Amino acid sequence: MQSSLSLSVSPNTSLGIHRSNCNAFQSLPLKPINLRFCGLRREVLGFSALKQSDSHRVCLPTRARSKKVVSASLSDNGTPKSFDYDLLIIGAGVGGHGAALHAVEKGLKTAIVEGDVVGGTCVNRGCVPSKALLAVSGRMRELQSEHHLKALGLQVAAAGYDRQGVADHANNLASKIRNNLTNSMKALGVDILTGFGTILGPQKVKVGSSDKVVTAKNIIIATGSVPFVPKGIEVDGKTVITSDHALKLESVPDWIAIVGSGYIGLEFSDVYTALGSEVTFIEALDQLMPGFDPEIGKLAQRVLINPRKIDYHTGVFATKITPAKDGKPVTIELIDAKTKEPKDTLEVDAALIATGRAPFTQGLGLENIKVATQRGFVPVDERMRVIDSNGNLVPHLYCIGDANGKMMLAHAASAQGISVVEQVTGRDHVLNHLSIPAACFTHPEISMVGLTEPQAREKAEKEGFEVSIAKTSFKANTKALAENEGEGLAKLIYRPDNGEILGVHIFGLHAADLIHEASNAIALGTRIQDIKLAVHAHPTLSEVLDELFKSAKVSDHASSSVSDPVAV
Amino acid sequence: MASPFLSKTTTTISFSSSVSNTLPWRFSHPSSASFPSKPRRRISTVQAKIREIFMPALSSTMTEGKIVSWVKSEGDALTKGDSVVVVESDKADMDVETFYDGILAAIVVGEGETAPVGAPIGLLAETEEEIAEAKAKAAKSSSSSTIPSATAVSPSPPPPVSNPAPAIAQPPPPPAKAVSEGPRKIVATPFAKKLAKQHKVDIGSVVGTGPFGRITPADVESAAGITSSKKTVAVEPAPAKAVAPPKSAPPAAAPLPGSTIVPFTTMQAAISKNMVESLSVPTFRVGYPLTTDALDSLYEKVKPKGVTMTAILAKAAAMALAQHPVVNATCKDGKSFTYNSNINIAVAVAINGGLITPVLQDADKLDLYLLSKKWKELVEKARSKQLQPHEYNSGTFTLSNLGMFGVDRFDAILPPGQGAIMAVGASKPTVIADADGFFSVKSKMLVNVTADHRIIYGADLAAFLQTFAKIIENPESLTL
Repeated sequence: MQSSLSLSVSPNTSLGIHRSNCNAFQSLPLKPINLRFCGLRREVLGFSALKQSDSHRVCLPTRARSKKVVSASLSDNGTPKSFDYDLLIIGAGVGGHGAALHAVEKGLKTAIVEGDVVGGTCVNRGCVPSKALLAVSGRMRELQSEHHLKALGLQVAAAGYDRQGVADHANNLASKIRNNLTNSMKALGVDILTGFGTILGPQKVKVGSSDKVVTAKNIIIATGSVPFVPKGIEVDGKTVITSDHALKLESVPDWIAIVGSGYIGLEFSDVYTALGSEVTFIEALDQLMPGFDPEIGKLAQRVLINPRKIDYHTGVFATKITPAKDGKPVTIELIDAKTKEPKDTLEVDAALIATGRAPFTQGLGLENIKVATQRGFVPVDERMRVIDSNGNLVPHLYCIGDANGKMMLAHAASAQGISVVEQVTGRDHVLNHLSIPAACFTHPEISMVGLTEPQAREKAEKEGFEVSIAKTSFKANTKALAENEGEGLAKLIYRPDNGEILGVHIFGLHAADLIHEASNAIALGTRIQDIKLAVHAHPTLSEVLDELFKSAKVSDHASSSVSDPVAV
Repeated sequence: MASPFLSKTTTTISFSSSVSNTLPWRFSHPSSASFPSKPRRRISTVQAKIREIFMPALSSTMTEGKIVSWVKSEGDALTKGDSVVVVESDKADMDVETFYDGILAAIVVGEGETAPVGAPIGLLAETEEEIAEAKAKAAKSSSSSTIPSATAVSPSPPPPVSNPAPAIAQPPPPPAKAVSEGPRKIVATPFAKKLAKQHKVDIGSVVGTGPFGRITPADVESAAGITSSKKTVAVEPAPAKAVAPPKSAPPAAAPLPGSTIVPFTTMQAAISKNMVESLSVPTFRVGYPLTTDALDSLYEKVKPKGVTMTAILAKAAAMALAQHPVVNATCKDGKSFTYNSNINIAVAVAINGGLITPVLQDADKLDLYLLSKKWKELVEKARSKQLQPHEYNSGTFTLSNLGMFGVDRFDAILPPGQGAIMAVGASKPTVIADADGFFSVKSKMLVNVTADHRIIYGADLAAFLQTFAKIIENPESLTL
């Protein structure tokens, strides 16, 4: 065992270990639902379901299938009426899929309506194919980094790539995951209804252009989003493109402008620069990477932007983008974001519009139930129940995922869907969005959960508590140094008075995988004084978080017992 | 066919005066030579606010820190909260921010150097007027090695050379329209801008050759005189940094009083680039004395018919090469011989501030009169900037003749993409003792061939030179 594993000198060390061991087995309150599981299983399954990500979780226990449909009797709605389904989900993306699987597990007769392809944005035009491209770009980066390879004693002749081969890899991955998703639902007995779903009235949905009308006790809207293209920008799919086109990788331009420096823009800048393009970012706000913790953003800029073939214009809007034609390059007109004065005109080979995503809710028939969208988003309460134009809840109608705009992440949609299924099967459930991690798969990766430092400080001021910050560097981690990837930082934002974790931000090797220790701790309400006693294998990257928790200074009188599991 | 030249396709070459002129030194970019260090106003008061930037203590165990990089350069305006420098402590790299507004007047501890905690690493001036004073202070307060700005000395411009050694290079094609369109917005790619900043190249003086006339990284590199890093994709800036301009891009240092910095023209940058590239080829040299009496008398005979000495030498070399194809070969990949089907003799020609190599194609097949005619055409075209790319980049063997200047022997640099180059000295009367002990006076000329030893060995060159000498000494065959 190495010295880096030694426990910090905490007065209650031995006591703490003892107590937390006990707690692990004793403090498992068995709530009325899920009685058929033993206590430990309940805990594991109940919470892990919240964390399920994208598409990886494709096979769930299928024992629920054998159960008879009993859900109608669980309902609080007095009028006995027979429905085609207990639950109808409009949209077979990751959110709808997660909800469907959980619904089957809960014994609901479930159908899912899809007008396009199963898998939605994430699987077909988002997270999944982009991970394939990023896997390639990561390797290219390694193979091209001569001094990095040299430091490891490796010699590699000039690395090259075949564009079509890369594009095929992304496409094959998407179709493989799509098939997995489809098969998993079919195997569980979820009916997949093909066609666009339109809500005709309460509990009634028309599928496709045919007159097929389906009734369901509860309906979940999970129609997702499409790339948002600001007006003035002409997308031709060749030289002015959105992420939908970029993921097909039909060309690798010499010079591409990326409008927007959020997750999508940042990931594509990683892909394009690794494949040899030069990149110009156009960001409306004054800082690149808005939305990230400022300290992480600054470090990320130093590693991901400054040394690469990237420049940027901040505080400007792209008011007009004209695709390349008649032998002219793509032109981008920029105005100052504040003064609206024309500022510059760029001439580039291609432009990628990564200005965010717009909800896909048109044609859903929301007017039939008197729901007015807000900027396209379906208004919902914290339980994902749809709110109509008078501010009243629409019974039996829920909306999850990008369509409600609460947190536009695939795994958030899935968690929301599971939360809805919990509710319609009789267990009240409110999803804690602050426990949902997010990741940006650049090289190295960025990940985060909870509040950023400015958000935490604002909250602290309002509620009158103190905030402390702890930081550890990947430079001090054995495994990271073995990989010769010491660049990175983990940052913990916490309350020193009671040890509550408010936020964790990581920039470094495999950050996206490392964040879950923190997000699980937030979801389960684990305090720092408890988690710091947990043991991490040595040498692993997870010790970055181990050290982070250990370096936090929690006041001595903070209780170190695990609090009652919080409903999340 | 491998070519030592940068050119892709062009129809124009940007030189002006005639080939045989002595070359006037041109100060083409006097403005870019100015340096911001000139004092704007005489400062007599000492009340100026100059603040020192200290090496911060980034952790409790840190005693000294290494400067990873300066985020800002000297002369940059700083606002409170800006990151100025990145410091590596024992644990992490941290951005160090300024607490004051001002101008980064001087960097005292350069990148990669180390300083103890609390030591000044840079100076912050409040106004422009104080920069000079801050610089003086920086020079005084630190040892010489740590003030790059005060001690590094740039070489004064080289004296005008009328006929540089046969450094064979071609200018990249200047975009034909760039001038005629008048003032135009500068479009440079992100990496080109970064390189320009890194190598302190004035982006406004770089001629863009990319699509739509934009300035590409390669343009900046050639302007800075750097061998371009591998073409595929080099994301890491490290290689470029390592190949810091050795001599061609003067470091950003105060020039010696009275010296002037003149940036390369595109042609000169191309020459510089080719010369650096030539260092990767293992060459060796073999010299050979020739008796030229017979040649001289032949020359006297054919001169009235318009035959030039250049044509005679080219023809002789071509005939010798026909018997020794390996000397006409090229090594392209370090693994094989590439035998050229044609014998194309490139001849180095000094041109206004530069050098170009018009090519006599199929010199072994044409007779002396046709070759001479052809040569006159090439020279005329070079003068009027009409040379086509194949007329200056298709050579398989190069001739360089400095004999007419009285040079008796010299050493040529092998142009990339060719197997050998011949340096011809002056022919002069020499006392000779023959095998029987009889003295006589004969005209002797020294030639010196530089060759790529990966494919051409000593015996190959010796045999080639023997053949060449036989042809020169019995020149009748030349006129056949």
